[in-house]
Amino acid sequence: MPEIRNYTLNFGPQHPAAHGVLRLVLEMDGEVIQRADPHIGLLHRGTEKLVETKPFNHSIGYMDRLDYVSMMCNEHAYVMAIEKLLGVTPPLRAEYIRTMYSEITRILNHLMWLGAHGLDLGAMTIFIYAFREREFLLDAYEAVSGARMHAAYFRPGGVYRDLPERMPQYQPSKWHNERETAERNADRQGSLLDFIEAFTERFPTNIDEYETLLTDNRIWKQRTVGIGVVSPEEAMQLGFTGPMIRGSGIAWDLRKKQPYSVYDRVDFDIPIGVNGDCYDRYLVRMEELRQSNHIIKQCIDWLRANPGPVMVDDHKVSPPPRLEMKESMEALIHHFKLFTEGYTVPAGEVYQAVEHPKGEFGIYLVSDGANKPYRLKIRAPGFAHLAAMDEMVRGHMLADVVAVIGTQDIVFGEIDR
Amino acid sequence: MTEAANRLAEQAREILGDKVNECLVDRGEVTLIVPRVRLIEACTQLRDAGGLGFEELIDVCGIDYADYGVDEWDTGSAADTGFSRGVSRESATHGGTAHPHRFAAVYHLLSISNNQRIRVRCYAENDDFPVVDSVIGVWRSADWFEREAFDMYGIVFEGHPDLRRLLTDYGFIGHPFRKDFPVSGHVEMRYDAVKKRTVYEPVTIEPRVTQPRIIREDKRYQQPGADDA
Repeated sequence: MPEIRNYTLNFGPQHPAAHGVLRLVLEMDGEVIQRADPHIGLLHRGTEKLVETKPFNHSIGYMDRLDYVSMMCNEHAYVMAIEKLLGVTPPLRAEYIRTMYSEITRILNHLMWLGAHGLDLGAMTIFIYAFREREFLLDAYEAVSGARMHAAYFRPGGVYRDLPERMPQYQPSKWHNERETAERNADRQGSLLDFIEAFTERFPTNIDEYETLLTDNRIWKQRTVGIGVVSPEEAMQLGFTGPMIRGSGIAWDLRKKQPYSVYDRVDFDIPIGVNGDCYDRYLVRMEELRQSNHIIKQCIDWLRANPGPVMVDDHKVSPPPRLEMKESMEALIHHFKLFTEGYTVPAGEVYQAVEHPKGEFGIYLVSDGANKPYRLKIRAPGFAHLAAMDEMVRGHMLADVVAVIGTQDIVFGEIDR
Repeated sequence: MTEAANRLAEQAREILGDKVNECLVDRGEVTLIVPRVRLIEACTQLRDAGGLGFEELIDVCGIDYADYGVDEWDTGSAADTGFSRGVSRESATHGGTAHPHRFAAVYHLLSISNNQRIRVRCYAENDDFPVVDSVIGVWRSADWFEREAFDMYGIVFEGHPDLRRLLTDYGFIGHPFRKDFPVSGHVEMRYDAVKKRTVYEPVTIEPRVTQPRIIREDKRYQQPGADDA
C-alpha cells in the first residue's frame, strides 16, 4: 500500500481572495485542512517605530494608513490617547462630529467587507452595489477633509475644521451632459449635513437590497452557515473583539460598555449572533449598518441645532486662527512652535481603545515627557483574529478558508502595521 | 473613573498579595508590576479569581526603556548651541533611571464580565538576554503577540511552543524596535540584473534627525514631588 502523506499548499500572497498580502501555508489531507500557518509581515512598514521619530501631530497620517478602510476610527483612538495624556477635552460639537464620522467610517468599512466577502464566495453583484454607496460616503470624507481616504481630520483637541456649508458640485463634461450633471448634483444643493442626511434617508432601502441578494440566498447560506464556528469561551480565549465576539453571542461593544465621545448620548442597539458561524457574523454586521445609519441621523439633528467651536482654544495644542496670526506676535510664536517642535506631553502611559468596525482598536502610548511618543503600540483587532485562523479552519475544506478570511474582515494595513 | 480604578487596585492587591511588586493608579488606569518568577501564578489568578475575571488578553507589548527620559537637545542652554539637523545619536546605554531594567513585557487585560481593564508589566531582568515566561497557557491569544514582541525586541518567552519571527523578512537579523536599531535599518535590498536575483547590501541612507526629541520641564504638567524623575 502506498504511503499517504499530507499535502502542503501555498496560498497567496498574490491571491485575490487573500485580501492583500496574506501568505497561508496549508497542510492538507485531501481537501481537508489539517493546519494553517499564516505568514504575515509583507506589509510591515514599522509604523510604531516611525511614530517614535516624529512629533505627536505628524503621526495622525500614519493612523489612516493602518486600517485603510476605516481611517477615521484609527485616528480617533490615537487622538484620544494623546488627549488623555494631555488632559484636554474637545468641545462637544467636535465630539458629535467625531461620532458621526466614526459611524460613517463603520459603514464604509462594512460595505467594503460586504462587497469583498461576497465576491470571495461568488456573489458578484453585491460588490458593485456596495461600492455604489461607498462613493457618497467618500465624498462626505472629501468635503470635510479634502481627502477621500486618508483624511487626517481628527486632531488632538477636536477636529481640523467645521463642517462646510456647501457641497462641491459636479461640472458638465463630455461624458456627462447638463441633464445628467443636474441629476448627480441633486443631493448637493445644500450643506454637507443635507448631503449626508439624504444618504441616510435612502440607505436603509439599500441595505434591504443587499439582504434580498444574500440573506436567504441558498448558495450564500451553504457557504456560510456552520463555517468557522467559534464558541463564546473560545472567542474570549482567542482575544476576539467586535463583530467576531458578538457573532458568538457575547454582547460586548465598547460604545455601550465603555462609552467614549458621545456614544452615551445617542440611541442604538448592539446586535449579537447565536451560533458563532460566518452567517451569524454576516447578520451582525448587516444590523450594524442599520444602527450606524441611525446614529448618524441623531448626530445630524444635534449638529444642525448646536453650532459652536470644534477645536479647543488652547494654542499649545491647536494652531491659532490665520487672521489672529497676522496681528498677534503671541499667535505667530504659538504657530511656529506648534509646527516645528510640537507640544510636549506629560510623562505617563495610557491605553485607549475604540470600537473599531473590526473590533477593539487600541493605542498604548508611553510618553517620557518629550515631544515625540516614547513607545506607541497599536493593538489591531485583525491581528488577534488572524492568529486564530488555524483554529477556525482546521477540519474545514479548502474553499472554506476563503469564507473564514472574509468573515474575519482582514485588512493587512492594521495587521502588519 | 478614578474611584473604580482605586477599588480595582485595592482588590487586585488583596487577591494577588505578594505576587505583585507594585500597584500604580494613573489616569484611571491600574498597572501591576509583577516579578518574572510569579508572572504565571499572578496571571492565572487574574483570570480565575472571582472579583477580577480577566478572561481576555487584549495585547502583549514589548518595550525597550533604554532611552527613557533622554532628550537630544538641551532646552536649558538652547540659544548657545542650536540644533544641527544632521546629528546622529549614539544611544542604547541604559540611560533612564525611571525603570529598573531595559526590557519589559506589558500585558493589557480585559474583563468582559466585570467590564474593567488592567495592565500588567513584567520586567526582563537580564538586559543582554531578556527572558519572560510565556502566558500562552493562560490565554491562547498570547501566541502571536509574544511572537511579535520576540521579533521586534528579542524578548524570549519561555514556554512558548513556536517562537518564530512573525513580521520581519525571512532571514532577518536583529530586533528592529530596539532603541539601538536605526530607523533606516542595516541592509537594503535591490534586484541585481546580472545575478538575476535580489541582493542585500548595507544601507546607503544617512541617518538624520529632522526634529530633535525635546523634554521640556513644563510647569503645567509637573506633579508635586515628581521633579527628580
